[in-house]
Amino acid sequence: MLDFFRITSSEITILLLSLKVALFCIALILVPATAVAWLLARKTFWGKSLLDSLVHLPLVLPPVVPGFLLLLLFGNQGFIGKFLHESFGFSIAFTWMGAVVASAVMAFPLMVRSARLAITQVDKGLEIAAQSLGAHPLRVFFTITLPLAMPGMITGLILAFSRSMGEFGATITFVGNIENETRTLPLAIYSYTQTPDGDVAALRLAILSMALALGALMISDKLERKAQRQIGHSHD
Amino acid sequence: MIEIQAHHKRPHFELDVALQLSHKVTALFGPSGAGKSTLLGIIAGIIKPDNGRIMINGECLFDSKQHINKPIFERRIGLVFQDGRLFPHLTVEHNLDYALRFIPPDRQQFNLNQIASLLEISHLLKQRPHQLSGGEKQRVALGRALLSSPRLLMLDEPLASLDDRLKNQILPFLKLVANEVNIPMIYISHSRDEIMQITSNIVNIENGKIKT
Repeated sequence: MLDFFRITSSEITILLLSLKVALFCIALILVPATAVAWLLARKTFWGKSLLDSLVHLPLVLPPVVPGFLLLLLFGNQGFIGKFLHESFGFSIAFTWMGAVVASAVMAFPLMVRSARLAITQVDKGLEIAAQSLGAHPLRVFFTITLPLAMPGMITGLILAFSRSMGEFGATITFVGNIENETRTLPLAIYSYTQTPDGDVAALRLAILSMALALGALMISDKLERKAQRQIGHSHD
Repeated sequence: MIEIQAHHKRPHFELDVALQLSHKVTALFGPSGAGKSTLLGIIAGIIKPDNGRIMINGECLFDSKQHINKPIFERRIGLVFQDGRLFPHLTVEHNLDYALRFIPPDRQQFNLNQIASLLEISHLLKQRPHQLSGGEKQRVALGRALLSSPRLLMLDEPLASLDDRLKNQILPFLKLVANEVNIPMIYISHSRDEIMQITSNIVNIENGKIKT
């Protein structure tokens, strides 16, 4: 019975790969998603609603569609992939980096939504006050807007992280299901369900997934409370 | 010497003013909706008027003909708002010193301790804005604006959200700043009583026009 609770080395490999993909995913989207969120929250410009729709597209499309489009673009015969391959001998299709890109595309809208909402809720009057004290708008963003938007930013990061951990459709379409390379948690669970007698292994990974998700939510809640306290909102 | 000439037309409102302010303290008086805050926004660089010109001590901040429009952060105009607008995530001390990092030391007119003791907020330095009373908040806001060593201080209804008892606690500080501190000041209010305590130089504004 105790053996059931012992994590095997192949499970650790799957887990570490998933964590690596998810961490690189949020590192990749953090800056661009925050910039887009700021644009959508604070600026009016031509093509704004088009940008808004484009950003949200992965949320409403079947994940296999972005995966397929990525394959067309970044595959070795693809528009960008061919260039990368011929110029640098470098390819992301069917690699863990491709899994990062696939999950980044899927997680991007979640990060943008949270960050945008958080930035919208920061009182513009405070930004004007900071500017009147001599702060350049970029300085205002980093000293006033961003710290005050931090709870929402954290929510966005956790959502994006979880989305990346759970990403399946776009990943399997773009980078396949290669052991030790692109077989993240959901792909491994899927693989086991397709194997005779794989139910127990699938169940173990499913439990691991739930534990991770629960952990992520609890950490996010803690961080959010801490951030709320920092900006002077008490929680009692 | 402050020269303001501005025309700003909106669907339901038109502001058209030409003003020369040479007194150290000027009050801008008028009912709500008269255009006081719009005028303040134009001077501060928050609102861009359709056309006009703003000069402070010979320096041009805005000139529609010459396409000059200095951004807010380069105008060096200290603002105190009705709602204080203290940064909620910073302590009183860091609210006060926010502007100091943007000003070269030789241009700093005051230091933090001077201002804190002038406004009697020295004991509040470690507190967060949400721990302060309304009157304390406004004193910190005033101190923060002063510490930016502005060339002009504008106060937009700084007492309007306080009750009478608190108003009477703040007024002496406003008088103190108006009299003791060597920075020109524009004081906006819809209350004549309040204004009379600060200055006798009053500019009346009504329906977007200066009344003489």
